[in-house]
Amino acid sequence: MILGLVFWFELAIKLAAAAAVVPLIGMVIGYGEMKLSAHMQSRVGPYFAGGRFGWAQLIADGIKFIQKEDIVPQEADRPVFKWAPALVMLGTMALLVVIPFHPSSDYGIVSDLDVGIFYALAISSVSTIGVLMAGWSSANKYSLMGGLRAAGQLIAYELPLVLATVGVVIQAGTMSMQGIVSAQVAQSWPFVLTQFVGFAIFMIATLAELTRLPFDMPIAESELVMGYVTEYSGFRFLFFFLAEFTNMFTMSVIAVTLFLGGYGFWGINPDSLLSPLIVFAKVGVLLFFMIWLRWTLPRLREDQLQTLAWKWLIPLAIANLIVTAVLKVVI
Amino acid sequence: MMDPTLAHHLSEVAVSVEVETEGMTLNIGPQHPSTHGVLRLVARVDGERASSVRPVIGYMHRGYEKLAEVRTYPQIITIVNRIDWVSGFANEIPFVVAAERLMDIEAPPRAQWIRLVLTEMARISSHLVFMASYPLELGAATPLFFALRERERVLDLLESVTGGRFHPNFNRLGGVKPVYAAGPTTKKAGMDIPAGFLNETRDAMGKVLGTCEEIEDLVAGNEVFLARTKGVGVIPVEIGASYGVSGPNLRASGTDFDLRKVSDYLPYADFDFDIPVRPNGDCWDRWWVRLQEIRQSARIITQAIDGLPTGPLQAKVPRIIKVPAGETYVRAENPKGEMGYYLVSTGGLGPYRLKIRSASFSNLSLLPWLLEGALVPDFIAIMGSLDFVLGDVDR
Repeated sequence: MILGLVFWFELAIKLAAAAAVVPLIGMVIGYGEMKLSAHMQSRVGPYFAGGRFGWAQLIADGIKFIQKEDIVPQEADRPVFKWAPALVMLGTMALLVVIPFHPSSDYGIVSDLDVGIFYALAISSVSTIGVLMAGWSSANKYSLMGGLRAAGQLIAYELPLVLATVGVVIQAGTMSMQGIVSAQVAQSWPFVLTQFVGFAIFMIATLAELTRLPFDMPIAESELVMGYVTEYSGFRFLFFFLAEFTNMFTMSVIAVTLFLGGYGFWGINPDSLLSPLIVFAKVGVLLFFMIWLRWTLPRLREDQLQTLAWKWLIPLAIANLIVTAVLKVVI
Repeated sequence: MMDPTLAHHLSEVAVSVEVETEGMTLNIGPQHPSTHGVLRLVARVDGERASSVRPVIGYMHRGYEKLAEVRTYPQIITIVNRIDWVSGFANEIPFVVAAERLMDIEAPPRAQWIRLVLTEMARISSHLVFMASYPLELGAATPLFFALRERERVLDLLESVTGGRFHPNFNRLGGVKPVYAAGPTTKKAGMDIPAGFLNETRDAMGKVLGTCEEIEDLVAGNEVFLARTKGVGVIPVEIGASYGVSGPNLRASGTDFDLRKVSDYLPYADFDFDIPVRPNGDCWDRWWVRLQEIRQSARIITQAIDGLPTGPLQAKVPRIIKVPAGETYVRAENPKGEMGYYLVSTGGLGPYRLKIRSASFSNLSLLPWLLEGALVPDFIAIMGSLDFVLGDVDR
């Protein structure tokens, strides 16, 4: 046997951990969104489930979804319809591989790829294919429009997203996620101070990528009923639901890695065990802003989003890129 | 050697680079989150743009006009409540006034002022529903809670007087229904609006005005909201008038026509209030006009409770009400627009014919014109801004 028993044992533990962590993250963020939105709207939010503060609300919701019938519309393209939620989830989970939580190369990151950020941006688009599959296969006109909107949105927003990260890559001189963080730790200030334009573009593009308000046109409850998830029910719906929240986490954690210095914080040794907590705290701040926007802003129109992306963000990102590159050479 | 005619033919074959997209028929409703009930739109769309839109109505038809012919006058008051259920009280007024005019009686001043106060409350509550639902249709969920909280305050007041939140059934021919404010032993003495109502109303109006500020802060300055509503769904005033559009929808297009200033179905002449008008006729103007109308209604109510006359609540009417033969048309400025009843009586216990002119029906008739060439997201923005109620459309 080339691969010993230890390998399989390790793999099983890793799989179990990944299978536990991703829903956990989704549930924590989901609960946070429920509570925050409730307090923004003078409501209480989850209250009874679990005894105090309704902490078990998301667990109860999850159990409810699992109990529900898994309905596949008669006209639907069955295999595509069934695999779409899995693909959406896959893109989310694969992103977590390159996120550094700690400088240690053993357990701080799952895999420190040389092209880490490249991989992250590429894999984050995979879930859009899942969305498009869901929209196409549902045999529902609303789903189809939602899926096509999602595809249009992806094309519009992938460019500014990539261009915004290139500035960071130029400044750090590496595409490895660990390398980007250690570059920020070494200079003891995060890249957001120099790349604030890039950061703003990245966050706007992230909201569009996550299809969250003000860019939730692919879902748009009031127009498309529920967009590409209209026909989904039960466990498969839960997958979309969890993927949205987990995606929020992964995109925020990428933003933290690129712009906010990852696990680095003034006065705290990055080798200490506090590092993951620092990452989570920074992610929490970004998540709060996303939720805040979600419950404050109305929805833009698809054409207005395209205008924003092509006429404003892309030129701005390119200008930012040029300035960064020139300064890198000059200074 | 190629056949010259074939060569000529081949050169004629143009390479078509124009992409032919097949249109799609999109059925919006009757079960859809933002068709305000059971409106159905059959839209022919190419991508997101509609080439034609045909509204299909009637899912909510309850046959009220026919039903009115086999009911007595007091019974009909309970029916007309349910036409536009968001402002039930306001529907009662024109019907009751029409019957009173045929009977040649008039409600005493105190009853008329109470009617006026409650009508304006119905207007506030109806417009607050709009303030709640319209941002929601554009994707912003939070203003809903601010507006509905205030609406609940107003509905509580309506309930304290009439006993009903949506369907007050409070008007009687010749006055309003007396309420037992105290226990059964003091029946006669207590037949009036509840004690403390006036003070509570004054407080509530202050809070409503405060919420108007809140809603304005939250919504009016929002860039996304402006981008979605400015210049969208423009109704030119002559088109609107020719379709019979009325109420805030028409006033947002630049006319200051308000039946409260023109007609005398309630003593509005005694009050000092403005008619908000906007010139552009787009969704934003319609939103703005309604917000200002809430403020004006609060102003009217405050004046009315300060000077509420004393006296009886009910004019002298016979025990069994028969309306003399004749016909009349009374129209009123309802929250949704102009509402009118054409009442034909042959002297019986009930009307011979009751034609209901409801505002939402006429407002909705503009939809095919307005939605032609619009984008699907704008459908929702435009439909929402017209603020119709399907019960008012189908009757």
